[in-house]
Amino acid sequence: MGVSMFRRLPESPTATLTLFIDGKPVAAAEGESVAAVLLRQEALASRTTPVLGTPRAPYCMMGVCFDCLAVIDGVASTQSCLVTVQEGMQVERQYGRRSVTA
Amino acid sequence: MSFEYDVIVAGGGMVGAAIGYGLAGMNRRVLMLDGADTDFRAAKANFGLIWAHGKGFGHPAYQRMSLQAVKDWPQFALELEAESGMELAYERNGGLNFCLSDYEFNARTYHIARWHAQTPELAASTQMLDRAELNRRFPSLRLGKEVAGASFGELDGHANPLRVLAAMHKAFLQRGGTLRSNQAVKAIHKLPGGGFEVMAGTFRARAERVVIAAGLGSSALGPMVGLDVPLRPQRGQILVTERLAPLLPVPASGLRQTGEGTVMIGVTQEDVGFDLATTAEGAARMVRKALRIIPDLAKAKLIRQWSCLRVMTPDGNPVYAKSISHPGADIALCHSGVTLASFHAGAYAKALVDGVLPASLEIFHHGRFNVQKTA
Amino acid sequence: MTRKFDVVVIGAGPAGMSAAIGMRELGLGVLVVDEQPAPGGQIWRAVEAVAPTPTGAILGNEYRAGTELVARFRGCGAVYEPQTQVWNIEPTWRVFLKRDGQVEAVRADQVVLATGAQERPAPFPGWTLPGVLTVGAAQILLKTSSQVPSQPVWVVGCGPLPLLYMAQLLRAGGRIAGWIDTSPPGGWRRALPWAGAALADLKEIGKGLKWLYEIRSAGVRRVRGATALRALGEGRLEALEYVQSDGKSVRVQASVLLSHEGIVPSIHITQASGCKHSWSKQQSCLSPDLDDWGQTTESGIYVAGDGAGIGGAKAACVRGEIVALGIGMRAGRLTAEAASARKKKLREKLDSLLRLRPMLDALYPPRASILAPSNDTIVCRCEELTAGDIRKAAAIALPGPNQLKAFTRAGMGPCQGRQCGYTVANIIAAEQKLSVATVGYFRIRPPLKPLTLGELASLNIDEDKS
Repeated sequence: MGVSMFRRLPESPTATLTLFIDGKPVAAAEGESVAAVLLRQEALASRTTPVLGTPRAPYCMMGVCFDCLAVIDGVASTQSCLVTVQEGMQVERQYGRRSVTA
Repeated sequence: MSFEYDVIVAGGGMVGAAIGYGLAGMNRRVLMLDGADTDFRAAKANFGLIWAHGKGFGHPAYQRMSLQAVKDWPQFALELEAESGMELAYERNGGLNFCLSDYEFNARTYHIARWHAQTPELAASTQMLDRAELNRRFPSLRLGKEVAGASFGELDGHANPLRVLAAMHKAFLQRGGTLRSNQAVKAIHKLPGGGFEVMAGTFRARAERVVIAAGLGSSALGPMVGLDVPLRPQRGQILVTERLAPLLPVPASGLRQTGEGTVMIGVTQEDVGFDLATTAEGAARMVRKALRIIPDLAKAKLIRQWSCLRVMTPDGNPVYAKSISHPGADIALCHSGVTLASFHAGAYAKALVDGVLPASLEIFHHGRFNVQKTA
Repeated sequence: MTRKFDVVVIGAGPAGMSAAIGMRELGLGVLVVDEQPAPGGQIWRAVEAVAPTPTGAILGNEYRAGTELVARFRGCGAVYEPQTQVWNIEPTWRVFLKRDGQVEAVRADQVVLATGAQERPAPFPGWTLPGVLTVGAAQILLKTSSQVPSQPVWVVGCGPLPLLYMAQLLRAGGRIAGWIDTSPPGGWRRALPWAGAALADLKEIGKGLKWLYEIRSAGVRRVRGATALRALGEGRLEALEYVQSDGKSVRVQASVLLSHEGIVPSIHITQASGCKHSWSKQQSCLSPDLDDWGQTTESGIYVAGDGAGIGGAKAACVRGEIVALGIGMRAGRLTAEAASARKKKLREKLDSLLRLRPMLDALYPPRASILAPSNDTIVCRCEELTAGDIRKAAAIALPGPNQLKAFTRAGMGPCQGRQCGYTVANIIAAEQKLSVATVGYFRIRPPLKPLTLGELASLNIDEDKS
């Protein structure tokens, strides 16, 4: 608890924008993926599985593991490693079996 | 004479496994021979419905058989779960068949009335629910606006068909049966002193009786024992979604939510020969219909589409027959293997053991087709 | 109106770009689709944006070299559509695309699959914990986000990629807690048969040695001969446990662990398309059967790049060029003589670029425990099934992978076997005493990537079918 897994290099390009993770504003850099941003957060798990509710986080960063699924701008089960951050984007962690009626 | 086995069942799919399980439970020494990993295996595309409503229209014997099978399913499930230690995710809370217009609703009403009329001795098991009644009974169901109503079969239900098959295999083995995979039966010979020898690759076995339950593979085997049943493949394509929060309280024809939460959508009926390809067009068509019923499903992710070949007899009804030229050989074919599993493991297995098919089953002899062998 | 192209190329990495450039030179109409937002594949991921930055310098010259090909690709006149996923391919050929919630089917006479490779699934206890990633994932984070592990990182595995990444990470000021080098002992002895190739390719060897030198100079703790690796933690990675070569059990703190046991061709689309594959004993994986032009057993489908067999970026480019010739010849843009002459030269170049591969494969085979994980190891990440679950099912009536999938649900989740297919095949092989090659693989079906039912319902297929 408390320590994020990843950090950005100080000399990295800075064109920053703001997106929201579970309603909380978070800084992100143009061109990076939502999964990368999730990996910088203190709450490490970015979802829980619909099978046993087990916490998971991005694993492969290239679209072949499906562990980075998140709700992005209202669309659930989106592979966040394949989505580029946008200003004002709403990202929510996906817990368990997603609902289609909500 | 003494053979290593009493019965050899050619085929370990939904039909063969149920028959084998039933026979093994009656103290028969059974060898079940199943095919290769990538064989046709209609059992891989069972929808999972345990269904009577609407079946056997124009064929009251099949209607009666289906109704009896769904009535026997709860006991069958209980025993199978207890023996195998596997949960089947069996539920019997009724089943719906949606009507997407008033016209469809009226036509279905009439159809169901005539269906009931075929079996006047049985209490009506299916009701028509109009839109208002549907909303009342299933308040959580958010139906598309075109849904005018549905027929509702009170005796219908569903289970996990893959678990049912796995459980039957497991229980079969526990009952002392022998199961060999990757040994599709290639030839059956009558032995001079009685009994049969069965060849599966280099593997051979002998038994007093043989039951052919090899799905489409039965076309090749049946004639070897004087049971020439015309069969044709009918492709059915199925879709399955990601796991979803509970959405569908009861199964519907072509639409059901599994115990895992995935939603299955089906099914096409295509005459394309032995072609297992899937088509985007077929998928789009199935989905469009499903979305007219449950528009919320538009947001769900499709995970997989697949297909199998239904085992279709000329009239679509089962065939159960005993060979005259090769006494001791039987054949069992149908495309509703899940619903009829209780029958195959129960009354049918018993009839096999008794050595004589009751009159109610004689009707299912393929002589009714009165045709020569079709290619 | 359905869009139609001479060729659709799937993947804008080194191979896809090279193929597109080659085919454009022959005047073919080319559509290139890729699910990333910019060209480069994995090896040159985000190279246009990152090459001129300090991160680009950290990543090195081989990475930055990608800008040249990307620029040529951008200028070659191919229609390039990024952030586009292919979810189905039907004969002959309809390619089904998805972008931004819209779906479309385009027609193509020929299709090039340049979808590259993925890391070999490497299951071990705890590998599904948040905090465990592949080395490739960490390198992608460095490339696309200039992002590094914040705490000293544990690296578990072997092969060129971990060496490269560790060197890059050190250059970036990152810290490495330790490297569990899982390459089996006796590597150089195994590699000896290919020593000649090594001598002929000193430059490549030199690269690897340089990375090793950087790692050694930084004092990175290198652990060899470790076994029984377990990642531990409640809801996230907290510690790593292993048994040293002397038998002593060690537990170390860990917040990020990077795993790598080699790379395998991406076979998802070739499998779904019915192409024939063969087992490569050398690389311990399947790869599609290809003719001299890179064509699969499905006429009109070609594979270029690592998807044909692991070879690296330069080899991928050459494979792309060869495919372009084959397709150009088939489309009548090039005579068979001209095509064959050029192909001959390219194949010679390819052979020399692939010369080192057998040595690398011998040096860095996957560690045995990932082929035979312990019973408590999760094997199917999606369905949360353990090796024990698979073994139990594999022992009943000797099912193949597809029957086993039907009985256990292994391979039925969203990744559709990408992370468990090989492990399941290996377990079946061991339980049933068969070679992995004879066991077979999951039958792969569409959609190749998930799409929503609403997207699918919106599909317009015109009646023109052939």
